Amino acid sequence: MAILDKHKILETNATLLLICSFLVVTIGGLVQITPLFYLENTIEKVEGMRPYTPLELAGREVYIREGCYVCHSQMIRPMRDEVERYGHYSLAAESMYDHPFQWGSKRTGPDLARVGGRYSDGWHVDHLRNPQDVVPESVMPKYDFLERTMIDGKYIGDLMATQAIVGVPYSEEMVDAAQADFRAQADPDSDYDGLLERYGEKVNVRNFDGQPGVSEADALIAYLQMLGTLVDFSTFTPDASR
Amino acid sequence: MSDTGMNKKVQIHEGDPNTTGHEWDGIMEFDNPMPRWWLWIFYATIVWGIGYSIAYPAWPLVSEATNGLLGWSSRGKVQAEIAMVEAANAPVNAKLEQLELDRIPSDPELSGYAVSAGSAVFKTWCAQCHGSGAAGAKGYPNLLDDDWLWGGTMEDIHTTISYGIRNEESDDARYSAMPAFGRDELLGKEEVSQVVNYVMSLSGEPQDASQVAAGAVVYADNCASCHAEDGSGDRTQGAPNLRDAIWLYGGDYETLHETVWNARYGVMPNWDTRLSEAEIRAVSAYVHQLGGGE
Repeated sequence: MAILDKHKILETNATLLLICSFLVVTIGGLVQITPLFYLENTIEKVEGMRPYTPLELAGREVYIREGCYVCHSQMIRPMRDEVERYGHYSLAAESMYDHPFQWGSKRTGPDLARVGGRYSDGWHVDHLRNPQDVVPESVMPKYDFLERTMIDGKYIGDLMATQAIVGVPYSEEMVDAAQADFRAQADPDSDYDGLLERYGEKVNVRNFDGQPGVSEADALIAYLQMLGTLVDFSTFTPDASR
Repeated sequence: MSDTGMNKKVQIHEGDPNTTGHEWDGIMEFDNPMPRWWLWIFYATIVWGIGYSIAYPAWPLVSEATNGLLGWSSRGKVQAEIAMVEAANAPVNAKLEQLELDRIPSDPELSGYAVSAGSAVFKTWCAQCHGSGAAGAKGYPNLLDDDWLWGGTMEDIHTTISYGIRNEESDDARYSAMPAFGRDELLGKEEVSQVVNYVMSLSGEPQDASQVAAGAVVYADNCASCHAEDGSGDRTQGAPNLRDAIWLYGGDYETLHETVWNARYGVMPNWDTRLSEAEIRAVSAYVHQLGGGE
């Protein structure tokens, strides 16, 4: 066991021990992580995924800023109790345009991966304003300031351009039209044909908070109301190997 | 006086195990063997690990990871569990789907099942708006009383739950829209105030009795076509009964003024795309037996 006898060299040389420990950890990490980048079945292809619209993306920024992920996960695990409560288990493809992803790891509140369409816009306004008005048992704080905070989407095109760098398929046309699309989605009386053309017919165009102008509540509710609604599960056949 | 001096020779007695040969500052360590039981458990976990990675999905290869001899997958497991529960409930669900809606509450076998299953559906999907005890909230109807906006028969409740109210997703959603009499300038400030006082007089005391007579005229011209001449409402349009003291948003002057000025537009999602027919029937039966079923 000649090589084991040399162990004393490692044990008596702190820098060498550090370098070799780092090497061992690196190999362990690479074995676990690298295959996820090349295995074909890591992310399955599904119908219906699209990048967030400018308004939804702004709502997602509000979601991240307010730390919603601290209490709400966006990850329905493949277990019967979760599927019966929240709907179809989450697919990797459903967060492919999330930078960063919002899977979360703690559920003080319910999972939100499929909250889209589950409640009315009015419910979301009431609930953000004072959660205990509609769910007396809730411990969620009030977010009534969102509906009073107006936003203009001035920098949303920049954010989209940045997301495009990390792989979200925002076209140049989408980035150029960002601010117009941002306003159009919260105003059903506007000319929103371009928005639907760029992001698909299923995009919700409504005055989400029921008040004039575009507020942070508009953006957040637009985001919440599309969560988990993109993939058409009637056309989806799960592959058991995943 | 003590034996701990640096220059003291370490005493090794006869029968002591060998030392490891390492020595730091005069400290040496005995080369005691590991306890056997510990060592064998350690070897056993290595063997178990190899067997486990053969039986279950484990090693990444070129295009996918090994599937494991047992063919286990988390997706397969959840699918099998759901299929098992569905198969167990299939006979009673089939009966529930076949029986005429209005006969479910009086069927001794099915009503018990439907109410229990419906209670679980209600707590999962309905409680967030209508409350965990179904008492509702401001803007979200109380389901415990016998005052119904769109009707309280099994058939009515089933339709409401299936298609929802004023949503954009279902073409069959119940629909009506009260005009925003103030905001859209259909009525003047004075007229709105008058009609609010008249409506308050139908179920209790108006704020200003002198406006009631004028309010009756405004009511007859603008409100009676939906809420009926006598204020008893119209369920085919979801127009509330104004003669009782039950209010969805509130019956005080300020709230009623807001209602007439801006109108209300309560939305309920459709559930036919999220729940099975048996689940919708079950939760209909649950709501029907809460107190006000017709």
